[in-house]
Parts: sequence; structure tokens; C-alpha cells
Amino acid sequence: MSDLGSQGDYTFAYLDEQTKRMIRRAILKGIAIPGYQVPFASREMPMPYGWGTGGVQVTAACLTPEDRLKVIDQGADDTTNAVSIRRFFQRTAGVAVTEATTEATVIQTRHRIPETPLREGQVLVYQVPIPEPLRFLEPRETETRKMHELEEYGLMHVKLYEDIARHGQIATSYAYPVKIEGRYVMDPSPIPKFDNPKLSGNPAIQLFGAGREQRIYALPPWTEAVSLDFEDHPFTASKAPHDCDLCGARDSYLDEVITDDAGRRMFVCSDTDFCAGRRAKGHTGRLGDPA
Amino acid sequence: MTLHTPEFSQKIHGPDQPLLKVEGLTKRYGSRIGCADVSFDLYPGEVLGIVGESGSGKSTLLSCLAGHQRADLGRIAYDGRDVLAMSETDRRRLSRTDWAYVHQNPRDGLRMGVSAGGNVGERLMAVGARHYGQIRGKAVDWLGRVEIAADRVDDRPSAFSGGMQQRLQIARNLVTSPRLVFMDEPTGGLDVSVQARLLDLLRGLVRDLGLSVIIVTHDLAVVRLLAHRLMVMKSGRVVEQGLTDQVLDDPQHAYTQLLVSSVLQV
Ligand SMILES: Nc1ncnc2c1ncn2[C@@H]1O[C@H](COP(=O)(O)OP(=O)(O)OP(=O)(O)O)[C@@H](O)[C@H]1O
Ligand SMILES: [Mg+2]
Repeated sequence: MSDLGSQGDYTFAYLDEQTKRMIRRAILKGIAIPGYQVPFASREMPMPYGWGTGGVQVTAACLTPEDRLKVIDQGADDTTNAVSIRRFFQRTAGVAVTEATTEATVIQTRHRIPETPLREGQVLVYQVPIPEPLRFLEPRETETRKMHELEEYGLMHVKLYEDIARHGQIATSYAYPVKIEGRYVMDPSPIPKFDNPKLSGNPAIQLFGAGREQRIYALPPWTEAVSLDFEDHPFTASKAPHDCDLCGARDSYLDEVITDDAGRRMFVCSDTDFCAGRRAKGHTGRLGDPA
Repeated sequence: MTLHTPEFSQKIHGPDQPLLKVEGLTKRYGSRIGCADVSFDLYPGEVLGIVGESGSGKSTLLSCLAGHQRADLGRIAYDGRDVLAMSETDRRRLSRTDWAYVHQNPRDGLRMGVSAGGNVGERLMAVGARHYGQIRGKAVDWLGRVEIAADRVDDRPSAFSGGMQQRLQIARNLVTSPRLVFMDEPTGGLDVSVQARLLDLLRGLVRDLGLSVIIVTHDLAVVRLLAHRLMVMKSGRVVEQGLTDQVLDDPQHAYTQLLVSSVLQV
């Protein structure tokens, strides 16, 4: 593995040029048909599937030496998964890295969209475990492909119907299905539904990579993504009804953290960069000291 | 949503126009014949029974008519439209709106992991219904029509008896007011008493909704009770067809005679 660190062009970012070309083709096709799942020949990556090999391959195919990479896992830059992937690209591509959303050109993410609005020119790469939104009720791949082709999406609403019948409301709180530009229904990966509105009309390029399932899909900038719902049970982008205990933010997605054996809890921004940025500007929450 | 009622169809075409016109329909499985050279007309509000021994091609014919399999030869015109020339999108749309298909085994026609209400509501949602309360109201209404208590609406079909599952499948199929219903042995695999009740229910629904039905069975009791006209198949071919009473009371073909006499012996 020692040559992985080399800056030589043809091992840049781990994948060989032919593989990258194949993945880029899939990405371009995905961008041309927003929300459509493009099959691609997923490669073995030196990490387990659960670690987001699909996202890693998409990132590898996108990175240029000038890029600045940010990697988040559930919003945090410092989890094992995020740190490993970031190190991997530092080693194999020698790219600059950052934790600041505003400074990153490429952001690989698992389960969140950053709170800080993205801008044109940025690329957000999602790690996707199960790309097929219809899988829940229709396990046959041949059939789901047909359903996408023929726009037969009644089944998606059956899933939401079941939610309401069982829980009194749409209980799906993450991987909440969206319809893209009135055409393809897409699984946005397991982001909280709180993040769904950010999928739509986003100036950044959004790319989705599923390694085990060998699918890539994409949203070009400014693409419309509508969360499915019922007229009498409209979609709501809900979050815990609290403010961040560290930075006081009222409109960011929160993680609940148990703080001691007595079961005391606190709510903190899941987006660590966003929270730190606010504290650096002097905002504080119930338990926070200004940084 | 474009839901046609039988009255509507009669206004356009008059009762003299067949709803379904089948000509020379043939399906082979390799060198084996599934069904061969089948022709018939089905008029609005008419129930056509198809009988014949096991392997005579009844299911093959039905699945070709419903578009689950592609016929090798022949023509099918539904409501004046050439079904075999239709795009798959149009054909599948037809089978979600105008047509319905009741399988012998309710497991093939139901989503076992979805509640009764979701099963009935699926076709409504497939054609664009987006109001939960209305979908659920319709589902409960239809469960009532097939004699399933409203408080079972959130139960999964796996918690239902075979007869209830079959009634649920019927409700799921009829909720969008189809005009043409295909049924393959809908009473097969059920206890005799359950069969009788289901038949009764079916007869009521067919009459009340003015459905056109093609029903495959090898039970002549089903045919006597439901079918206006009867088609007898043997080795993939139609050997006799006519008004049900005529065929049963005065069978012309040797095979039909055997079929009728074997029932009378029971
Ligand atoms: N998928 C298939 N592949 C090959 N042959 C088939 C297939 N399905 C049916 N056949 C053959 O086609 C003929 C007609 O079968 P079909 O199932 O239509 O009969 P059927 O009248 O419905 O019989 P049953 O009363 O037992 O349901 C039989 O010879 C059968 O073996
Ligand atoms: Mg059969």
C-alpha cells in the first residue's frame, strides 16, 4: 500500500483512470437524468461496505488535486468513520482537508446535509446503503425497475399510508422519499427528514453512491425535490423541540446526548462545524461556554 | 382518475359492442400448446365461465388476456383498442384502472406485509388518490362490502382466514370500479361452506356493479351460479361454447358430456 501515497497522476485518489472514467460516466448520466439510479461496476475498496464505499468511489472519481475535502458522519467531522475516510484521501490523493463547510469544495457525508447553506461549485457526496426507495414493499429488482420506468409510484404512498395507519402520522423520519422534478422517486439516503428541504433547489451538485448495491444517482444544482405526503398529512421537516445546549441554535438538527449515569441529557447540534462556528461568534446555549 | 361505469360504456358503444373481442389467440410453451386459436366476444355486464380439465389451458388463456403473458398469435380488442399493440405503460395503466385480476391463491394477489386498508387503498393511490382520510374511508367501505369488519382495517392479511383473504383480494381489486374482472379459480382451495358464501358475495357484486367477468373454474356449481355464457376447453382449444344453461343441459361435445355427467355423479 506504500504507493498509495504517491502523487503520481495515475494512482491519484486510489482508483485507476479507467475505473474513474467509468464512474464519472455514471455520474454524468445521473446528472443528466436527475434521480435515476445508474448502475455502475462498484470496485473493492480497502474498507467494509458499511463504511460508505459507494460514496468513497464517487468522491475518488470527483477529486482533483486542487480540491479541499470535508468528510462528515452524522454531521460530525471527528467520528472514526469520517476520520478514516478523510485520512484515506489525504494519503491517496494528497488533497487538502477541512472541517469548515464554507471552505470545502467536496464534502462526503453520511446521514446529514450541513446546516450552512452550500454554494455553487461545491459537490456533496452521499453514502447510500439502500438506493431503491421501493425496496421496502417490492423486493423484486426487475419489478422496481419497471415501476420507475413507468412511473408507477403508488406503492410509495402505500408505505406512508401504513405509517399513518400504525402510528397516527407519517413516522418515517429518515430516508424520507422525494420525487425529483416530477419524475423519479428517490431515496435521499438516511438523512433525517429535517434535511429534506435542503435537497431541493440546492446550488451544489449532489451525488449519491451505493457501493454494495452498485448504483449512482445525482441531483444537478437547483433541482426540485418534493417530499411525498398526503393532502391531509402534509410533510413536515421536524426536529427535536429544543435549542442546542451548546450554541443555542434553534433551527439546527440536534442529537440527544446522555451526559451522566443519572440519565441527564443534553441536545447538541449534530453538525459540529456549524455549532463550533456559532460558539466562535459568541453564541451560547443552556450549557455552553463561548469557545 | 378516469373511472368508467358500465352505463358509461354502453352510452358510447351501445350494448351491442363487445367490451372484449378475442380472435385466434394462441400461446405456446416451446412445442407444447398453452392455448390455441381461442376466439370469443364478451359484452358489457356479461360473465363468461371457462371450464376444462387440468392442463387444458384455462390459466394460460386468462393470463394472456390480462397481459401477464404475451400471446404468440391472435388479437385482443378491449373497448375498441388493440391491447397487444398498446405500449406497456398504457396496458399496465389499464390493468390498474379498468381491469382487475383475482388470483386463486390470495397470497399472489395481496401484499402480505401491508394492512388490509393499505391493500385496498393501493389501487386508489396508484391512480393518484392523495387524501389519507378519503382512502381509508373507501377502504373501510369496501371491507364492509366484502363482509370484513371495519376494526380489521389495520390487520395484515396473514391474520385473516383463507376466505377472508380471498374477500380482501376481491375488495382490493374492485375498489377502483374496474369494468372487466379476470378471476382464476377464486373459490378454489376454500372449504365448501366458505366457497358458497364467497360465491354469493361475488354474485351480488357482479350484479350490483354491472361487471364484465371472465372466470376460470373447474367447478360447475360456480359456473351455474355466475356465468351467463360458458366456454369449454380441452388440450388448449375451445371445444364448445354457448349460453351456460344450454351447454350444461345439452352438452354437444363428448368432453363436455363427460364433465357434466361427472358432476352429476357427485
Ligand atoms: N409456464 C409454463 N411453461 C411451460 N408450460 C406451461 C406453463 N404454464 C402452463 N404450461 C402448460 O400449458 C398447458 C396449459 O396449462 P394451464 O396452466 O393453462 O392449464 P389450466 O387449464 O389452468 O390447468 P389447471 O386446471 O390445472 O389450473 C399445460 O400443458 C401446462 O403444462
Ligand atoms: Mg390453472
